[in-house]
Amino acid sequence: MITILTDHWADLVAGLRITLSASLLALLGSLIIGVIFALFVISPLKPLRVIGNIYVEIFRNIPLLVVALFFYIVIPQFVVQIDGFTAGTIGLTIYTSAFIAETVRAGIESVDIGQMEAARSNGMTYLQAMGYIVLPQAIKIVIPPLGNQFVNLVKNSSVLAFLAGFDLMYQANLIVSSTLKTTDTYLAVGLLYLLMTMPLSYLMRYLEKRWAKQPAND
Amino acid sequence: MQNFIDAYSWLNMHFLFEGLWVTIYVSVISVVLSFIIGAILGFVRYVKVKYLSMIVGFVIDLIRNLPLLLIIFFMYFGLPGTLGIRLNTVTAAIVALTVFESAMLAEIIRSGIASVDHGQMEAARSNGMTYLQAMWYIILPQALRRMVPPIVSQFVSLVKDSSLATIILLPELMYHAQIIYGQNSNYMIPMFVALAVLYFAICFLLSRLSRALAKRLK
Repeated sequence: MITILTDHWADLVAGLRITLSASLLALLGSLIIGVIFALFVISPLKPLRVIGNIYVEIFRNIPLLVVALFFYIVIPQFVVQIDGFTAGTIGLTIYTSAFIAETVRAGIESVDIGQMEAARSNGMTYLQAMGYIVLPQAIKIVIPPLGNQFVNLVKNSSVLAFLAGFDLMYQANLIVSSTLKTTDTYLAVGLLYLLMTMPLSYLMRYLEKRWAKQPAND
Repeated sequence: MQNFIDAYSWLNMHFLFEGLWVTIYVSVISVVLSFIIGAILGFVRYVKVKYLSMIVGFVIDLIRNLPLLLIIFFMYFGLPGTLGIRLNTVTAAIVALTVFESAMLAEIIRSGIASVDHGQMEAARSNGMTYLQAMWYIILPQALRRMVPPIVSQFVSLVKDSSLATIILLPELMYHAQIIYGQNSNYMIPMFVALAVLYFAICFLLSRLSRALAKRLK
């Protein structure tokens, strides 16, 4: 296992870099899309609610692999040439945004409804009340599950291996096919994944415990 | 339009449904196994047996933080080199899914039991119940009510995740769809539509079922 790490260090680091950048880009993108669709789902306007619910239900119930392969195989055929990394990152973004929308919606709904009413009766518009009063209070509730979504993203980014995305998983398979050391390679790569995911998921568990003890709005 | 009609020929649909059957078959076996194993592990982690619970908890955290794809690769390509066991694709897929999902379920079940108020156990014990009686008649029924939604959404994940096993050539839905559009690229879009519809149908039904079940348990 050590020899795999030392002999193929450059490949592994290149893979790590791709895995992390795909995960970070997808996190950023899915945060933006996720918050927008969460606001759709809870909006007072029915058409927006319907659109929001359809989006969330569709992408929560279709495998990531189907979404990612769609962008890798179908889009280049008919629309525009994109590489595996781009296709994979778009797929990850869309897939994850549905889950983030759910998380953010639950966070917003956990803020007492009196907050919105009080803000509105003080003369704020719906969007002002949402932006200045409700969302800031929801953030604390939402941070631990969002952190867990990032852990999921790092793990899920391994679908890039299907799309020639040159991520860590893809590099692992290249190393396996050149050295035939399956056990050692998968253990080494597993260790690298754990180095990314374990500390973050422990931190999120700690925050969740700590913040659960106090009210959300202090 | 003609592409759709050709793509959904009787022969292709038959082939696709053969894949769907493997997806369902592998998922159901993995759901049952991982529920049993997850319940045992979750309980062991909850009761805090010295050393044992700590080790079980750490292993659960390790598995939860690894990409499922890596576990699938390891079970199929890694085991022959590690333990000298060669699993066929179906067994490797079931073992990998079971290992991964039972770790996920163990954590859901542990936190479900832990979420029941301490006073319940104390009250039951002081009414003369043994620890196991109190657990079985008082704590678990209350915990189950809270656990149903996350457990079912984990099952939904399992069905979606089973598509990853296409990489070890498990003849499931995703793999069969790939074979069909591999023969004729005109069938690409029809096949992706079929994949989305079929996966969505299974997963959406499951999540509706969980909602109904959760309502009934209340």
